[in-house]
Amino acid sequence: MEDLFNVSILCNGKMYERSIEPRLLLSDFLRHELDLTGTHVGCEHGVCGACTVLVDGLPVRSCLMFAVQASGHEVTTVEGLGEPDNLHPIQEAFWEAHGLQCGFCTPGFLMTLIPFLKENPKPTREDIRTAISGNICRCTGYQHIIDAVQLAAQKMSKP
Amino acid sequence: MKPAPFKYLAPGTLEETADHLDEHGYDAKLLAGGQSLVPMMNFRLVQPEVLIDLNNIPGLSYIRPDDEGGVRIGAMTRHYQVERNSVIAEHLPLMHETMPHIATVQIRSRGTFGGSIAHADPSAELAAVSIALDGEFRLQSKRGERWVKANEFFVGMFTTVLEPDEILVEARFPKIPERTGWAIHEVARRSHDFAIVGVTASLTLDKKKNIQDARLVYLSVGEYPIRAVQAEGVLRGHEPSDDIFAAAADTAASRDTDPSSDIHATSDFRRHLINVLTLRALHTALERATNNGK
Amino acid sequence: MTKKYLGKPITRNEDPQLLTGQALFVDDVDLPDMLHAAFLRSDYAHAHLKSIDISAALEKPGVVAVYTADSMGDDWAPGPPLVSPPPTVKDVVFNSRRQVPLVKDKIRHVGEAIAVVIAENRYIAEDAAEDILVDLEPLEAVVDLEAALKPDCILIHDDLESNLAAQLVQNKGDYQAAREKADLIIKKHFVIERGAAAAMENRGIVADWDVKSQHLTVWDTTQAPIPIRNGLAARYGLSERQVRVIAPFIGGAFGPKMMMFYPEELVIPWAAIKLGRPVKWIEDRRENFYATTQERIQIHEAEIALTSEGRVLGISDQFLHDTGAYDPYGLTIPLNTQSHLLGVYDIPNFTSEIKVVFTNKVISTPVRGAGRPQGVYAIERLLDMAAKELGMDKVEIRKLNFIPPDAFPYEQNYIDQAFAPLIFDSGNYLPAIEKAAELIGYEQFLKVDQPRYRSEGRHVGIGIVAFPETTGVGPYEGARITIEPSGKVSVATGVGTQGQGHFTTFAQIVADQVGVNPRDVNLVTGDTAEFHWGTGTFASRGAVVAANAIHASAKAVRKKILEHASKHLGAPEGELEIEDGQVRVADIPRMSISLGELAELANPLRGAVEPGTEPGLEATAYFGPQYGATAFGVHSMILEVDVETMTVDILRYVVVEDCGTVLNPLILEGQIHGGISMGIGNSYYEKLVYDDNGQLLNASLADYLIPMATEMPYIEIEHQETPSPLNPLGSKGVGEAGAIPVPALFAQALENALSDYDLEIRETPLSPNRLYELLTSKG
Repeated sequence: MEDLFNVSILCNGKMYERSIEPRLLLSDFLRHELDLTGTHVGCEHGVCGACTVLVDGLPVRSCLMFAVQASGHEVTTVEGLGEPDNLHPIQEAFWEAHGLQCGFCTPGFLMTLIPFLKENPKPTREDIRTAISGNICRCTGYQHIIDAVQLAAQKMSKP
Repeated sequence: MKPAPFKYLAPGTLEETADHLDEHGYDAKLLAGGQSLVPMMNFRLVQPEVLIDLNNIPGLSYIRPDDEGGVRIGAMTRHYQVERNSVIAEHLPLMHETMPHIATVQIRSRGTFGGSIAHADPSAELAAVSIALDGEFRLQSKRGERWVKANEFFVGMFTTVLEPDEILVEARFPKIPERTGWAIHEVARRSHDFAIVGVTASLTLDKKKNIQDARLVYLSVGEYPIRAVQAEGVLRGHEPSDDIFAAAADTAASRDTDPSSDIHATSDFRRHLINVLTLRALHTALERATNNGK
Repeated sequence: MTKKYLGKPITRNEDPQLLTGQALFVDDVDLPDMLHAAFLRSDYAHAHLKSIDISAALEKPGVVAVYTADSMGDDWAPGPPLVSPPPTVKDVVFNSRRQVPLVKDKIRHVGEAIAVVIAENRYIAEDAAEDILVDLEPLEAVVDLEAALKPDCILIHDDLESNLAAQLVQNKGDYQAAREKADLIIKKHFVIERGAAAAMENRGIVADWDVKSQHLTVWDTTQAPIPIRNGLAARYGLSERQVRVIAPFIGGAFGPKMMMFYPEELVIPWAAIKLGRPVKWIEDRRENFYATTQERIQIHEAEIALTSEGRVLGISDQFLHDTGAYDPYGLTIPLNTQSHLLGVYDIPNFTSEIKVVFTNKVISTPVRGAGRPQGVYAIERLLDMAAKELGMDKVEIRKLNFIPPDAFPYEQNYIDQAFAPLIFDSGNYLPAIEKAAELIGYEQFLKVDQPRYRSEGRHVGIGIVAFPETTGVGPYEGARITIEPSGKVSVATGVGTQGQGHFTTFAQIVADQVGVNPRDVNLVTGDTAEFHWGTGTFASRGAVVAANAIHASAKAVRKKILEHASKHLGAPEGELEIEDGQVRVADIPRMSISLGELAELANPLRGAVEPGTEPGLEATAYFGPQYGATAFGVHSMILEVDVETMTVDILRYVVVEDCGTVLNPLILEGQIHGGISMGIGNSYYEKLVYDDNGQLLNASLADYLIPMATEMPYIEIEHQETPSPLNPLGSKGVGEAGAIPVPALFAQALENALSDYDLEIRETPLSPNRLYELLTSKG
C-alpha cells in the first residue's frame, strides 16, 4: 500500500541505510530502527523537548520530522556525546550538579545545550533559562540544571 | 500519536512542485518546516493523502536587500536564519525583534518564514509583522505567479488566499521610511507560548514630529491578524500625546477588534490587554521614532 | 560508628547510565516477535455502549488481533480495590466501584478504553483503531460536584442510589461548644483544584508470556511492582513465582503510576498470554491526559473559630471531593486533606465531613501532595483572613498557635489515610518560621521595601506559610544485602525508583554500615524476581520505610561481617573496624581481610555451615513504622504583579524544611525544587479544563501549562533537622513537601501585593484572566 523509501542517514558518525515508510517519525526511527533509545519521546506534539537531537548541528524536535527528511543529513543523538566511562564535560557537569532526577528529559536538554554552549561560552543564569525554555523537566524545577550548565561552561572553557 | 499514512513526494524544483499541486489539489499539503503541520498530523487532526516536501528545492532560502532599500526573503528561510541575519536587523528591526518571540529554539531551527505565513495561525507573530511592515507575498503555480499584499493575504482561521495549486515562494518588504519607530508587545502564559494578545506597531513621524503614518496589527484577537485601521486613523496627522494614544488604544480595543474567548482568556480580558499593550507599543515606537529608530 | 557517607551530598550512582542514554525505560524494551497495542478510547464522557464492530479493523494488514470486553470472557473483571473502607470510624458510607479492563456496557469518562488493537507496529494499530465502529447512546454527563449530588441527577453507577461514592465525618473535641465561646468566626467557601502529574515519561507495559517455561514477565512503569505481580498472578491463576514484574528506570511518576490496576495492566498481560507473543503498549501524551489518573477539585465550606487574641479554638470543614468515574483509591486523598486541615497548629476542636462524589471524568488518585495541599490551603487561608480581621501579623498568628515542641508526640485524635490514629511524631516549628522570616527579610520587606515599591507604583507582596507533611506510612518494606566475593555489595529492595535517587541514598546507608564506597554498592529496585515483599514508592515513604529496612539489613550484614572476621582474625569484634572494603584490627593494619575474601570464606564448598547460621555474608530485614513520621516546613516568597497584564514574577523564594535526618542534601534539594515547580503550576498555570460534556479541553502540553525554566524562581533552602523518634535513622519523607504549601503561599503573597485592591483569594489555581476578573468585578 505505502511505498518504502531508501534513506541514508549519518548518525553519530556512522552511516545507516534503511528502507522505511515516509510517515515514520525521526524519533521512532532513531529509537526503534537504529536502537538508539537514548532519545526519548514525551509528547509527539513538539512541546516537551525530550526528543531533541541535532540535525546538521541544529537542535531539532525529532518527533516533528519524518525520518525520510533526514536522509542525506547528519544527526547527532545523546549516544554521540559520551560513554559512562568517558563522559562529555556537559554530562560530567550534570552529574556533579545533580542536574537530573529521573533522567527522561535529560538527553533532550543535553542536545539543546551543546549548540547553545558553543555559541554562548559564558552564559548567565538568565541566558540559560531562556535557552532551555523549550524543554520541560518535571522533576528538578530546573535549578540544578542551570547550575550544571554554568559548571559545564566552566569545564568547557578550560583549554 | 502516529500520523496516518500518506504518499510522500520530494520534488527537486518548484516546477515539479507546481505539477504535483496541479495534480493533487486539496488532497495534498506542502511540508516546509513541519513545526505546525506535523503536530497536527500526529494528532490526526490533519490527514493529507499526499505530502509534498519542499526541503529539497534549492534557491528558496535567502535574505537579500533589494534595489529600493527593501528586503526579500525566500519562503524556505528558517526562522533562526532570519533571527541572526544582519540585513534584517538593519532594515527590518521590527522583524528582528520579533524573532526570539517565536516559539522555542528548536522550533526556530526548522520552522520557515513561508511555512508560518501559509499556515496562518491567528497567533503567528510573522503574519502580524508582515502586515505591519507592508509586506507582499509572491505566489507561484503552474498557471503563473502573482503578488498579494500581506494585508489581504489572511482571510480566515488558518485560511489564506492561497489556491490549492499555489506555493508561497517569496516575501518582500519595502524600505522603512525615515523617523519610523517600531514595537512588539505580547502577553503569553509562559515565555514561549502563543500570545494571549500581541501587538506589532510602527509609527512614522514627519519632520514636525507629528504622526505621519501608523501601523497597529494584532495577533490572537481574531481569526487572523487584525490591522486596526480605525485606530491608525485616529493617530494619523496628530501630534503624539497620551490622549491621542489612549484614544487609539480604545478604538483598537472597541472598534477594530472583536476578540473571542477561549480557555486561556475571555474576550473581556483580551480587550483589556489590547488597550494596555497598544499604549505600551505606541510609547515604545514613539521613543524609537524620535531617536530615528535606534 | 561514624557516618562517613550519610548526610553528604554524594553524586548519584545511576547518573552515568542516564546521562549517556543507556538506561532502560519501558519503551526501550525490545523483544523478538513483539507486537504493539493501541486502545480505542471513548470520545464521550457518559454513554451506553450498544455494540462494537471490529471486522474492518481485523482486516487491516498487519493487525493480529482486536479485543473487546466480550473477547475476555470470564477473564473480564474490574480491578481489585486498593484500599478498604476505614473500619475504625463509625457511619462510613463507602461505595467501591472500580475501573474495568475494557468497557462492557457503560462508558463513564472520556478516554475509557473500549477496545484494543494488537498489530505489527503502533502506526498500524492506530490506523486500525480508527476502523472500529462503535454504536453508543450518549447520556448526559455529570460534571459539576454539587449538581452530581442532587436527587434528580443522572446516575453514573446505576446500581447506587446517588452519585455519592463515600461519606465520612471525623471529630475532635467539641467544635460546636468551641464555636459558641469564640470571639471571631470566619466562614469561607474554597475551591481548590489540582492537576495532572504529567511525568515526562508516559505509562507503558511490555508483557511477555513464555509458553515453554510458563512464565510471565512484565515491564511496567509502575510505582508498585510487587502488588502488580501478586495481582496478575491471582487474576490469571498463576503462582506468584511464575510472574515477574520489572519497573526499570521510570521517567517520573508523582503518584498516578501507583494506581493499580490500570485497564491496560489488566489487558496487555492477558493479550500476551493469549497470543503467545510479547505485547507492548506505550501511552502517548494525549492518552496520558485521559487514561492516567489525576487529581482534581475539592469544594470546601470551611470555618475557623478564634479568640480575640488570635488563638484558634476550632476548625470546621465540610468538603466535596471529585473522584471521577470510579474510586479505586477510596478515601486516601480526602483523608490526607483532613490530616492537614489543622496544619501545624494546636487546635483542640475539629469537625470535618468528607463527601466523595462520582463524576464523568478521569479517575482521581493521588498526585504529589495527595490531598495535603488542599488541607493546608484551607487552614493557612483561614489564618490569613483571621489575622486580617484581628489586625495581627501573619507570622505572629501562626507562632501563637503552633504545636509547642514539648507536646510531641501530638495526638490529633482522629484517623489518617492509613486508618490509624493521626499522630505527629515530632516537630519544632518556631525556629523554622523565624529562620524563614529572617532569610527573606520579612520585617525589612514590610517596613522598608514594600512602601518604597508602592511609591514607585509597583505591586510587590510577601507571603509566608507553615505546613506539616505526613510521610513514611507503613505497612513495611524490606531489603536484602549481600557481600559478593568480588567485594562489591549487592542490594535488593521492593520499592521502585522514579528519579528520587534511591540507588544512591540507599547505597550511602549501606556504605556506612559495611565499610565500602557507595560506588561499590549495586542496588536493584523494582524487580520482583530480586525482592518480592513490600508495597511501593508512594506517600513520601522511601526515605523512611525502605531506607530503614536497608539500614536494618545493613546492620545485620555488618554483624555477620564482624562475627566472621573475628573468628578469622582471632580478635574480639570490639577491636575490629571496617573501612574501604577491608576488615582490620584497629592499630594493627596488617591483620586484615577484605570483605570479598570474607564472603568467600563464609560460603565454603566443603564443611558444614554451623547450625543456626547462614551461608555467606547476606541479610534480609524489614521495617514497618508504628505510624507515619510528620515532616514540616515553612515557605516564603516575594512576588510582583503587573496589574495591567496580570503577569506575576516571583522575585524570591525561601524554604526552611525539616524532614528529620538528611540522607543526601543534594537529592533532598532537588526534590524540593521539583515539588515547588509543581506547586507553582498548581498556583498559576496548571488547570484541567473540562466542559459541560465532560470533554477535557486542554489535553496537550501546549494547553496544559507546566512551568518551564523561565517561570521558576531561584529557590533558597535551609535545613533544620528534628529527627523522627519512630525509626533508627530518624528520617522523614520529603518527596511531596515542595508541592504542598505553594498555592496557599501564592494566595497570601498575591493579596499582600494587591492590598490596595482589597482582594480575597479563595480559589486555586489562578491565572492572569482570573486575576483580572477578581480585580475588576469584586466577584
